[in-house]
Amino acid sequence: MDTASVASSAQERPKWDNKVQYLLTCIGFAVGLGNVWRFPYLCQIYGGVFQYPNFLYELIKALLGYYRMIALVLAGVASMIISLLVGLFYNTILAWVLWYFFHSFQEPLPWSQCPINENNNGYVQECVASTPVNYFWYRQTLNITPDIEQSGSLQWWLVVCLASAWSIVYICFIRGIETIGKAVYVTSTFPYLVLTVFLVRALTLPGATDGLRYLFTPDWALLMDPQVWLDAATQIFFSLSLAFGGLIAFSSYNPKKNDCERDTLVVGIINSATSLYASIPIFAILGFKATGNFNFCINSNILDLTNAFDVAERNITIENYESWLTHLNTTDPDKVSSLNLKHCDLQNFMDQSASGTGLAFILFTEAVIEMPGSQVWAVLFFIMLFSLGLSSMFGNLEGVLTPLLDLHLVPRWMPKELFTGLICVMNFLVALIFTLGSGNYWLEIFNSYVGSIPLLVIAFCEIIGVVFFYGMNRFSDDIESMTGRRPNLFWRVCWMGISPIMLLVVLVAYVVVQVQKHPTYPTWNPEYENFPESEVKPYSGWVFAICVLLSTVPVLSIPIVAVYRLIRRQTQLQTGSSLPNPYDNQAFSTGSIKAL
Amino acid sequence: MLAGVLLLIFLPPLVAKDLCKDSQDGFKVRLSIKTALGDDAYEWNESEMFLFRSTLAYAMRKQTKQDTYNITNILVCNDTQRVSFVFVVTSPDDPDQLIPKEQIEQAVRQNKHRINNAFLLSDMTLEFVGIPPTLAAPIIYDTEPWLIVFGVVIGAVAVGIVALLMSTVSKKRRAKEKAAGLSEEDEGIVKENGTALSGLGGKEGVYNQTFSNDNRFTEL
Repeated sequence: MDTASVASSAQERPKWDNKVQYLLTCIGFAVGLGNVWRFPYLCQIYGGVFQYPNFLYELIKALLGYYRMIALVLAGVASMIISLLVGLFYNTILAWVLWYFFHSFQEPLPWSQCPINENNNGYVQECVASTPVNYFWYRQTLNITPDIEQSGSLQWWLVVCLASAWSIVYICFIRGIETIGKAVYVTSTFPYLVLTVFLVRALTLPGATDGLRYLFTPDWALLMDPQVWLDAATQIFFSLSLAFGGLIAFSSYNPKKNDCERDTLVVGIINSATSLYASIPIFAILGFKATGNFNFCINSNILDLTNAFDVAERNITIENYESWLTHLNTTDPDKVSSLNLKHCDLQNFMDQSASGTGLAFILFTEAVIEMPGSQVWAVLFFIMLFSLGLSSMFGNLEGVLTPLLDLHLVPRWMPKELFTGLICVMNFLVALIFTLGSGNYWLEIFNSYVGSIPLLVIAFCEIIGVVFFYGMNRFSDDIESMTGRRPNLFWRVCWMGISPIMLLVVLVAYVVVQVQKHPTYPTWNPEYENFPESEVKPYSGWVFAICVLLSTVPVLSIPIVAVYRLIRRQTQLQTGSSLPNPYDNQAFSTGSIKAL
Repeated sequence: MLAGVLLLIFLPPLVAKDLCKDSQDGFKVRLSIKTALGDDAYEWNESEMFLFRSTLAYAMRKQTKQDTYNITNILVCNDTQRVSFVFVVTSPDDPDQLIPKEQIEQAVRQNKHRINNAFLLSDMTLEFVGIPPTLAAPIIYDTEPWLIVFGVVIGAVAVGIVALLMSTVSKKRRAKEKAAGLSEEDEGIVKENGTALSGLGGKEGVYNQTFSNDNRFTEL
């Protein structure tokens, strides 16, 4: 340990009050929005086979907390930059959640009906063409522009919500882990409570069993697609927050004698279990929504037929719809075809999955309208999302704060509260980009380019650094000193072989896939001829340059910092070590004696 | 003679039917009683039709402010099992003349609410084909509800931040006072032999155990 730092710091390094706080904070950081809205989506695609690689990487992260020096040297700056960038857009998502939360108290819910246009003679055209839920999200919340080139202006309501989100984050983060440790008792446990309530409610909804059956039958054909595996790998990394400095920072506040192996397993298992647990109510609700959409589709067809042929009410039902249709088609096919009946397929409605913001703000809000007592469910859902996101935000900010503190980049005179406040204010100002009209497009860019390649590269560097540069034996000795036992064969094989190889494979495959096609993005353009389908546009030159920059700057910091450290060490060796040697009272150091 | 009498008797309804069937000024009406009321649905029969015709006559009276409209002015045809039919309105002054579409539309529009209520139906379940329902006026709030919730949340957060900052400031002040308090005691004590006794843990000084009573251990 650096004796200088021990001697100079009058304040003690802050500590967790108890083990529970540390575990809850790690769980809160690892369990975030991704568990609720990314995992179920991927599960839908290929049935959750990607669980196994999770466990391979977890031990590394908790253990690396104790090697914050090594970690900081190799990848700390990179982790810090990534945590900063992710924190920017993550809190914007929380601002959106807050916006929906504020509106959930309204009766009726504002996304349940279209607003009336200015002439009072019909509904707003954009809303009629798409759906009220889509209109509320794209127009009344985001006020989105047709493409990323047109920035639009700052949307004042989003600025207000963003300010509230950052204030709430600040109040929990104000004294670092002292206040975070208290806040996580609520933010990490509340989501589980809400998920249980939703589970009970969702299982009693009609159509829930269809949704669940859909979840547990994977589409084997999709397993052949490497892109799917790639998505899964990045999902794991993003979900476990592996390469973020956050987990490292949290672990560094633990006492030295700590059973980190058990901690990691606990966090990892709970993270995976939460994902699975969250997908059950989500799929039940999606099944309910799909069944509702299907019934609505069939009923509107039935109404069209009843009105056109003046059949008595309720004679055509969902059960005998098919037979009636064939009968009417034989007697009067022209009239039937002129009705333009919709084709209703339950499987089609089930396939309408979405991940990310699409799931929370469109699919789920649509489902909640149909549930009795919609306001209550909406409020609960959005509070749950907010807690999930808030506990992950703590990790992001700690991943920024702790390295800054440890590298002594904070001026002495500045109290911690002021420093954390400054961080929050600066983040808020930069995040105002996401409140522009084109903000959502920028957020997607950050999401895809910061959360993919840099994470994989950093995780790879960290594992290589610890295993090959620090040495497996030294690492095992340290673990033995902390936990009392050496890591067994399973872990060693993972660290030395499977994990680096898998990371490398995923990284290479990802880069190869990305460079093959020019990236495009979906836009919401009311002028588009196929509206409400999204118009896919390519990124223009300068936007793509920014994407590349976002991917490479965090990664580049690794070699830059490494070179810087190497140079510093060379100059230290030449002038005599600056690290104080406790046995050297400097009376006889080589520098001060003149040659006699 | 008999033929003439028969003609006279049956002519008006025949004429009436023709007026209704061929007319451009008629509206098709559709009722969805079972959808609206479910198990409480009533059966559609002559009496219900009578009620319909009387409500329409009422609507015409209200709109034209003429009390001369009667149930005989409302002609109905094309009854179906759907419960849909076509109706026309004849002028009270001249039974062969039909009231134009626009006027009927206005009358229906203004009194749709009353007509709906007479049948326990709504705009969705009692349709006049060609007369779109007037949309409910949007609710205009004095303060949007979301701003109220936002105000509550932001107020609580601001109070919290101020409280936390105050507690930090007061903690620092108390620590400073304690340090200041100790240094004040320094001034009050007379220094003996150049040493200040305050740093040694209190005014009483340090208990020197050399001369303590140790009778319990040894007997001289």
